[in-house]
Amino acid sequence: MSTESGPKTAREAEEGTAADRAAEDRATDVRETGSGAGGGAGDYGSAGAQLSTAPVEELGEVVPGSFGGVRGPGWRGALGWTLRECFGWLRWMWRQLTSMRIALILLFLLSMAAIPGSLVPQTSVDELKAQSWKDVHPNATPIYERLGLFHVYSSPWFSAIYILLFISLAGCILPRSWQFVGQLRSRPPAAPRNLTRLPAYTTWRTAAGEDEVLDAAHKLLRGRRFRTHRAGGAVASEKGFLREAGNLMFHLALFGLLISFAVGALWKGEGGKLIVEGDGFSNNLTQYDDFKPGTFYTADDLDPFGFSLDSFDATYARTGPQKGTPRTFRANIHYWKGPDGKPVKSSIEVNKPLEIDGETVYLIGHGYAPVVTVKDARGTVVYQGPTPFLPSDGSLTSRGVVKVTDNYRNKAGRQDQLAFSGIFAPTMVIDNQGPHSVFPALDRPALVLTAYHGDLGMDGGVPQSVYQLDDKKMTQYKAADGQPLRQVLAVGEVLQLPDGGGSITFDGVKTWASFQVSHQVGNGWALGSAVAAILGLAGSLFIQRRRVWIRATPGADGVTVVELAGLGRSESARIADEIGDLAYKLLPDAPQLPDPSGPGGTANDPSDEPHLPDEGARA
Amino acid sequence: MVTRSTTSDRGIPDGPGAAGTDADGDRYGRIAVSLTVLAFLFHLGAVACRAASVQRVPWGNMYEFSTTFGMVAVGMYLVLLALKKRVRWIGLFLTTTVLLDLGLAVAVLYTDSDQLVPALHSYWLWIHVSCAIISGAVFYLAAVGTFLFLFRDYYEAALTAGRAVNPTWANIMNRLPSAATLDKFAYRMNALVFPLYTFTVIAGSIWAQAAWGRYWGWDPKETWSFITWVAYACYLHARATAGWKGRKAAALALVAFACFIFNYYGVNIFITGKHSYAGV
Ligand code: HEM
Repeated sequence: MSTESGPKTAREAEEGTAADRAAEDRATDVRETGSGAGGGAGDYGSAGAQLSTAPVEELGEVVPGSFGGVRGPGWRGALGWTLRECFGWLRWMWRQLTSMRIALILLFLLSMAAIPGSLVPQTSVDELKAQSWKDVHPNATPIYERLGLFHVYSSPWFSAIYILLFISLAGCILPRSWQFVGQLRSRPPAAPRNLTRLPAYTTWRTAAGEDEVLDAAHKLLRGRRFRTHRAGGAVASEKGFLREAGNLMFHLALFGLLISFAVGALWKGEGGKLIVEGDGFSNNLTQYDDFKPGTFYTADDLDPFGFSLDSFDATYARTGPQKGTPRTFRANIHYWKGPDGKPVKSSIEVNKPLEIDGETVYLIGHGYAPVVTVKDARGTVVYQGPTPFLPSDGSLTSRGVVKVTDNYRNKAGRQDQLAFSGIFAPTMVIDNQGPHSVFPALDRPALVLTAYHGDLGMDGGVPQSVYQLDDKKMTQYKAADGQPLRQVLAVGEVLQLPDGGGSITFDGVKTWASFQVSHQVGNGWALGSAVAAILGLAGSLFIQRRRVWIRATPGADGVTVVELAGLGRSESARIADEIGDLAYKLLPDAPQLPDPSGPGGTANDPSDEPHLPDEGARA
Repeated sequence: MVTRSTTSDRGIPDGPGAAGTDADGDRYGRIAVSLTVLAFLFHLGAVACRAASVQRVPWGNMYEFSTTFGMVAVGMYLVLLALKKRVRWIGLFLTTTVLLDLGLAVAVLYTDSDQLVPALHSYWLWIHVSCAIISGAVFYLAAVGTFLFLFRDYYEAALTAGRAVNPTWANIMNRLPSAATLDKFAYRMNALVFPLYTFTVIAGSIWAQAAWGRYWGWDPKETWSFITWVAYACYLHARATAGWKGRKAAALALVAFACFIFNYYGVNIFITGKHSYAGV
């Protein structure tokens, strides 16, 4: 408000309260060295009380040690003392755990503790990578394993931190919720005696009667959805409870997230399946390559459905700086519901999973399966079909093994087992790096194979990977020059085993795609909690809880003195703006009288709207 | 009308800005802001051209992120100026770092226009990445404020204690807003975008759900956005409840911003995970 002609500025009033200021400064000192939780509302006595449900820090109050009392004689005394002591300690620990300081430390620890898991490969994220890390660091591995560094996010120490944090949160949220309910029921506190001390204040004189002014003020505040209470010549009002509600909702939503996460992990079912073009899958346990159920998920929970992979489309950048990077992946499929549902044509892409009956099928990867025919010494076909090879680089250089376990007979007519291990490349190049692929599409497909015979070791009952060869009991075939037999095969070419032992023919290539079938629970809850968390957070951070008091008192010369003051939880320019705005809206009902002591006292221009400088601290 | 706390906690008022009390200086300041606006428009044009050239949002690799990020940071600054906030003091630091960012983008991270890998074909790219860029830009402005706060706070502490201050240094420090103003500015910026950053992480996990079949898998990028989020939550907590204003809170804010930056440069360059598809 302009100093000359506006309603009487409180500048004079402020000068008059220098003593109060000094007292306040002292109070501020006390606050800063003492509790520290007061924010802007710390020094205003009951007017600033309970402007939040945030606990006031009780630093230095809880002292560890004996919880006192006299220890009586005999076992009764000992028992009583012990119980008292235990109870005291428990209460002490609980108070510590639920203190804001510990919450802060736990939060900080949580973020620190999450770091190692991003630096050490995690078994749950990428098992192969974790395994190869272990192979490279044999010395560190046992120590890392002991520390749980390969599964940080389920390790005891990480769990301990977040469990403690959530206990602390519960211990914080429950009392705050009760307190908040209490505050919702209670009235805004009465106007402090000295309104001039509040962070935003204005006053003027009017000819309107006290009751008129207060009625208007009451209506004005009501209209702005303040909670009001009129008593003792003043209207007390408060607004912004959504801030607290938002804050509580945010912290509760964190619980919602945690619970959804836990439920999701316990009841999920997740399986992987690799399917070669032309093949199908039906959803039962025996068909999965790997199946990772949550604790409470069983094979009975698998819904009957199935799908077949008709073809797989993949395109890659042929030119440009990112030559060879994928452009499209699409698995063309037919799926059916129930044991004998009708097949429906559809497709699955990376960002477009297929949803069937609450199960979701994701496209995870793809690769090539060379189709080969193996004949034994008699010329009988003992193996025929596609064998998936696993890609080992971006150009889909792939490795795999063709294992012939049954029916093979060697030249002497004796049963034997065969294995062909090697590399497949969709666009083969052989240079000083050895055979490898230079482009992921099937431009120049070729196989490089070596052959073994002997015992594949499949009968030991130990499950083994179909992609790896256990050559402990196998003998590698040698070529005529004594070197291991090794041959590059283009499509249609044949590798003959030495001494008429049989042959392998490279007939062609099929594409395979791998899928993840997920049964997920709690996703909706997780999403709901996340949305609630954001809304709560926005309420908590953007809404200001504040109190406004409007007082009308009879002045000495028969006029009425109007006073407006505001107090927010944290000091902010907005409370001053709001007070200014309220004053402006109140003026028509309480027109301003010239200030008898002011310099321009006679010439009061009603059109001189209070110009409210936003003096509040501003960025 | 009376409002309290027009000066800082120490009773030291805001400095006049880089121009000092010199009218010429102020004119130079205005020229600088006008040039920044011009540069921003060119920058906007460059980003738009890139978008036209790749025929999609230009957020597919680090080169594109970096250029857009610098543009948004300057844009946010200009928005604050347009809102009549007294933030001209950020200008010097802003333009310097944005030049650095652009230099890095052009010299080190440059990638020719190209299409996206299939994992990025999703409208969540739009939502998630744009939010991430805006959050980053505002966090950055807050970090500048925090950084200057620390200097100014030591300076004010020296003044209050009556210790001698190097005159050149004092001359620079004098022009900055008061420590309390800087602190408040940084807090407001951080508090303002924290919900947006939260949304960014959630949008990312919705996308991950569609692309990889799980909304959270502790992939390095996910892990670091979690770390960043918790670090900022820690800072807000410190400010809101434990009453940790000042240097301790500032340190937390800088740690949180460092996490954000590491998530951008560090994770993309040093750690391989599902997010490392764009060949940097
Ligand atoms: C689980 C991790 C937690 C996270 C991510 C978290 C996050 C946050 C955030 C971002 C705020 C800022 C909102 C604001 O400034 O108003 C906040 C405020 C708050 N939090 Fe937490 N918090 C967590 C745990 C806790 C715990 C364990 C407690 C109690 C011991 C707690 C008590 C509070 C209180 C009292 C406030 C301030 C309320 C106010 O300003 O009126 N929080 N929290």
